[in-house]
Amino acid sequence: MKRFLIPLGIFIVLVGFLAVGLKLDPREVPSPLIGKPAPDFKLALLSDPARQLSPADLRGKVWLFNVWASWCAACRQEHPLLLDLARQGGVPIYGMDYKDQPGDAQAVLDRYGNPYVETVVDLDGRAGINYGVYGVPETYLIDKNGIIRYKHIGPVTQEILDKKILPLVKELQQ
Amino acid sequence: MRPWIMVFALWLPFAAMAGEAKPVAEDPVTEQRMIALSENLRCLVCQNESLAGSRAELAQDLRQEIREQMRAGKSDAQVIEYLTQRYGDFVLYKPPVKPLTWLLWFGPFVLLIGAAGSLYAYIKRRGNRLAEVSLSQEEKKRVEALLGNGHGEKRRPE
Repeated sequence: MKRFLIPLGIFIVLVGFLAVGLKLDPREVPSPLIGKPAPDFKLALLSDPARQLSPADLRGKVWLFNVWASWCAACRQEHPLLLDLARQGGVPIYGMDYKDQPGDAQAVLDRYGNPYVETVVDLDGRAGINYGVYGVPETYLIDKNGIIRYKHIGPVTQEILDKKILPLVKELQQ
Repeated sequence: MRPWIMVFALWLPFAAMAGEAKPVAEDPVTEQRMIALSENLRCLVCQNESLAGSRAELAQDLRQEIREQMRAGKSDAQVIEYLTQRYGDFVLYKPPVKPLTWLLWFGPFVLLIGAAGSLYAYIKRRGNRLAEVSLSQEEKKRVEALLGNGHGEKRRPE
């Protein structure tokens, strides 16, 4: 009896490891930026290229920073959720148009609605590199002191919003 | 006249190639360094490709960034630090040895030593058990009979 228990035990442990491994998404690379200050940038606004925005301007606010592009299909998937969130007004969303033609980005916002308070334009992807962006969409939650508290890679889902982002927003806004 | 045209035609593709390869020719030393470094870095878009080999747009941007930083006089270690600050240790194909990666680095050796240890214990135990086996008179006779002393196989007398 004992002879069979040991291989069975090993087998169960192995299955456990494999089951957890199956659920992990290799695309979700843990960001080293969490808990660090949001990297600085000074980029032109999509709505008015003559004006610029920098994370320093948003000190004192808890805000979501959503990196998107008109060429990104997954961004369209999360777009209605962001619109909902903007309508509720719980947390301001700022966008960054990553490696995109400003004209195309504006066309997307005109057609599907604009959830962003402002969108900055990162034409060459430099600011994106500083934020460790490697696939749009990516969403960062930045606190009142300009510290990145959370990062989500890929389209935001209702579940992520309800379980992770919104509770954290509430906590940070206090 | 004709050989002239042929020489010209033969030379044409080289002229075209020279045009394409210009960025390398501009600074071959930096290019060499950049490629050597980025071969050990992971492209985050196509995770099984190195940064040197990937055609993903982000990889091209990052290669350009590395080139510029090298030209600005940054050391390899500084460039790697720049990348790990943004993308984490995940970009390194060879992760650094630190408490978090001890299991990764030393786990296989621990397993090897453990396996060697249990193999040794098993062989020793088995040896002890084998030594205990002794034959009775009758069994010895049967062994001899079976081995046959050159007469071939014999059946045990009933």
